[in-house]
Amino acid sequence: MTSIPQVPTARTAEPLEASAWNTAPYPALMVDDLGTVRLYNDAAKALIPRLRRGRPLSEAGIDWLDQGHRRRAAGPVDDAPLSGTIGDRDFEAHPSDHTDGTAVWWLVDDTDHRLARQALRTERQRSAFLGEASNALLSSLNLERCMDVTAELAAQHLADAALVITPRTGKRYPVVTCLRDGQPHSAIRLEDPEEVPGLAEALQGFPPVPSRWIDPASAPAWLEPEGFGPIGSIVVTPLPGHGVPAGALVLLRRDASAAFSSEEEVFARIFAARAGAAMSAARLYAEQSSLAHTLMQDLMPPVLRRLAGVEFAGGYRPSKNNERVGGDFYDVHPAADEAEASLAVLGDVCGKGLEAAVLTGKIRNTLHALLPLADDHQRMINLLNGALLSSHHTRFASLVLVSTLRKAGSVHLAVTSAGHPAPLVVRNDGTVEPVPSRGTVVGVLPNAAATTSRTALAPGEFCLLYTDGITEARGGPLGDEMFGEARLTEALSHCAGMPAEAVVEHVQMLASQWTGDRAHDDMAVMAIAAPRSHHLSAVDGHTRGRFTA
Amino acid sequence: MTLAPPLAPAPWIEQLWQSVTDGDEYAATGLVLRALDEGWEPESILLDLIAPVQGRVGEEWAANRFTVAQEHAATAINDRAIAALSHRTRTRPAGQPRRLAVACVDGEWHALPARLVAEVFRLRGWHVDYLGAQVPTHHLISHIHRTGPEAVALSSSIATHLPTAHAAITAVQATGTPVMVGGAAFGDRGQYAALLGADLWAPDARTAAARLHEGPLPRPASPHQPVDDLPHLSDQEYTLVTRTRPALVRTVMAGLAERFPPMRDYSRAQHDRTAEDIAHIVHFLATALYLDRADLFTGFLAWTARILDARGVPAHSLVPALDLLRAELKDFPRTTRMIDQATDHLTGAGPVHRTDTRNPA
Repeated sequence: MTSIPQVPTARTAEPLEASAWNTAPYPALMVDDLGTVRLYNDAAKALIPRLRRGRPLSEAGIDWLDQGHRRRAAGPVDDAPLSGTIGDRDFEAHPSDHTDGTAVWWLVDDTDHRLARQALRTERQRSAFLGEASNALLSSLNLERCMDVTAELAAQHLADAALVITPRTGKRYPVVTCLRDGQPHSAIRLEDPEEVPGLAEALQGFPPVPSRWIDPASAPAWLEPEGFGPIGSIVVTPLPGHGVPAGALVLLRRDASAAFSSEEEVFARIFAARAGAAMSAARLYAEQSSLAHTLMQDLMPPVLRRLAGVEFAGGYRPSKNNERVGGDFYDVHPAADEAEASLAVLGDVCGKGLEAAVLTGKIRNTLHALLPLADDHQRMINLLNGALLSSHHTRFASLVLVSTLRKAGSVHLAVTSAGHPAPLVVRNDGTVEPVPSRGTVVGVLPNAAATTSRTALAPGEFCLLYTDGITEARGGPLGDEMFGEARLTEALSHCAGMPAEAVVEHVQMLASQWTGDRAHDDMAVMAIAAPRSHHLSAVDGHTRGRFTA
Repeated sequence: MTLAPPLAPAPWIEQLWQSVTDGDEYAATGLVLRALDEGWEPESILLDLIAPVQGRVGEEWAANRFTVAQEHAATAINDRAIAALSHRTRTRPAGQPRRLAVACVDGEWHALPARLVAEVFRLRGWHVDYLGAQVPTHHLISHIHRTGPEAVALSSSIATHLPTAHAAITAVQATGTPVMVGGAAFGDRGQYAALLGADLWAPDARTAAARLHEGPLPRPASPHQPVDDLPHLSDQEYTLVTRTRPALVRTVMAGLAERFPPMRDYSRAQHDRTAEDIAHIVHFLATALYLDRADLFTGFLAWTARILDARGVPAHSLVPALDLLRAELKDFPRTTRMIDQATDHLTGAGPVHRTDTRNPA
């Protein structure tokens, strides 16, 4: 028991004690074990005018205190304070006991404390929400996903439903709708944003219109999410972007009386600022990556397939993992008709990365333009050499040209190497033969002389073109060895009769396992194979067995 | 819904196996298209005909009856059969299809399981982006930002890619995209998938498709770092072993040459092969350290011992290599514990664990 003042039991008490009791700053009242008010001080009387000495506490109209007192008198004594309201204030009632079952209740006004706690809780919830929102919004650079996340978070924390509307793409507005606890749904809308007061302005980045200005009755039907019911109140908030409006956030509540407080509106704007920043970053990223994608498209190595009865397969791995293009290239150009030879090219521009890739694009275009001369490799190389010498690039390139023509099951090759590693022919018995052809690189000397040699592939045999990124790959189990031609030759001798794409995949895998995580040069491989099967006639037309891999 | 194949699949599997091992793509594609004409569900052709044959390719390789080149050749034929089937069953998905990205972990060359998953989802009306083998995480993430798929399916067959897989899983989840994983690397019951925090592990494409049919996977929780999933990584043993891998291989090679003088007369091919075997051992050790799963290392050595046995090399020849490795890494408590456990197993002193995570099927 804590020390309590010696409470006077009657008006006959000493004047000093009585005055201390009566002038105490906290309201206090003494109630006996039967619930009868025995005594109260001036502050209690001022707070609870209906208090009467000798009358039951229940008549005072403070039910929570009366009930708490009875509970306490009936059960085990408990010193926990009670709490409840008196008038428009909140009170805590702290009991202190007298020996005969009488209790003195000290009333403490904690209205401000409670309000402060409530405000703290709200603020904590809001910063937790903003933290969660930032995490979710920052994680994606995809515009659709950012819209989904924005709608979902807003519907969960700010309103009963939320719509995210982004500026037009053409005449259409992408709209994402989300109901509380629901999944976001995206749709493309054709409706006029002018139909929603404030929406058109918000989409253009004007300051937001407070919710009271929007009459829910004037909202067009398309704004109302399916299954939502009548709209009580609406806020339209612009999503600010980097220089351009990112769109608008429309918050809907069902209950008209639950209109947005000014604090809530400000908070919605803080959220909108973050969502808008994330969405415009996503938009910029999408623009940049689509630009890069378009520019890169022509620099990417083509997907090779069977052409005029000859199998082609190619594989490419740029030196840097974060790039898709580099200084190696290959192409296969089909002949105008099947009686003429197709031309396969594989080459390596000095240098790496995007700059080298740009030059590969020029070389590939030049060779494409020279295709009418494809049966004269030396002439093609001379013209290409001239074109490279006269361009402002100081880079040079090595390449190998292979004309392929299928005749009666076997594939005839004319191979010309301009400073490039010799292609390797793999015979059906596993013999690996380098194709002898010598020439200088193009783009350095006024003359780029090269010799052409010819060979033929029997069904099942193939010819492998590769860049030195493969053979000069450093690594292996000991970490610093070069892969080398000997290992490549050894590996190929086990590949006799394999389909072209299996050969390419196998060589790529060996080289890439050899380098492991280490830095490496660009690596390009192409296999040209004479198909093994006699069913070839079934593959040229529209017969049932036809397919393209 | 998938119908059961109208005929017992066994003879079909046998025929496809024959065509695949003969390298006869025409027979293989012809068979697959005939199955289609005879009323097999395309999904069933993929999963009940092609997948078992591919599984057998992996088994043959794991049992050292196929070379890697043969495995590649057989896989290429199966791949063409899938392409033929895909060509015949191609339909434009109706409405706004759900979108999935399917990729192999960087370094992973076994693309066929991932391709089967991609084809199954495509047949079920999904918009599938199949990114193929060996996808750098960087490319995968920019693909996700560009296309915003509902989920990413990651495939890996070889357990040594699990640290890379973990980095990819964490990075994909950081974009708010859930990741499902599959493939032999994640363990026969997906036990490693859970360790790496994947949102879903599926033993096969059918299970994966059925799960996603029920509804989207929940969005992953807030971004985290790989070390949050695997707190033991803070002891740096994985990092140190991985960084010194070539040096460890060199030391073990030198030590072995001292103990076995005939090794000095090895041809380069023999020398390469021994170095590769040791590099594999160190690689699996590092992976086991990454996951803190000694059974992965022991399982790998048990498998290696069986292969050596098949080559006529006694399995206890691995023990000196482990001894040399242990001497080099004696200051690392987790590492030495794992090496000791594996040594006990090889010498018959410990319990047998058979976890074959190298099966590429």
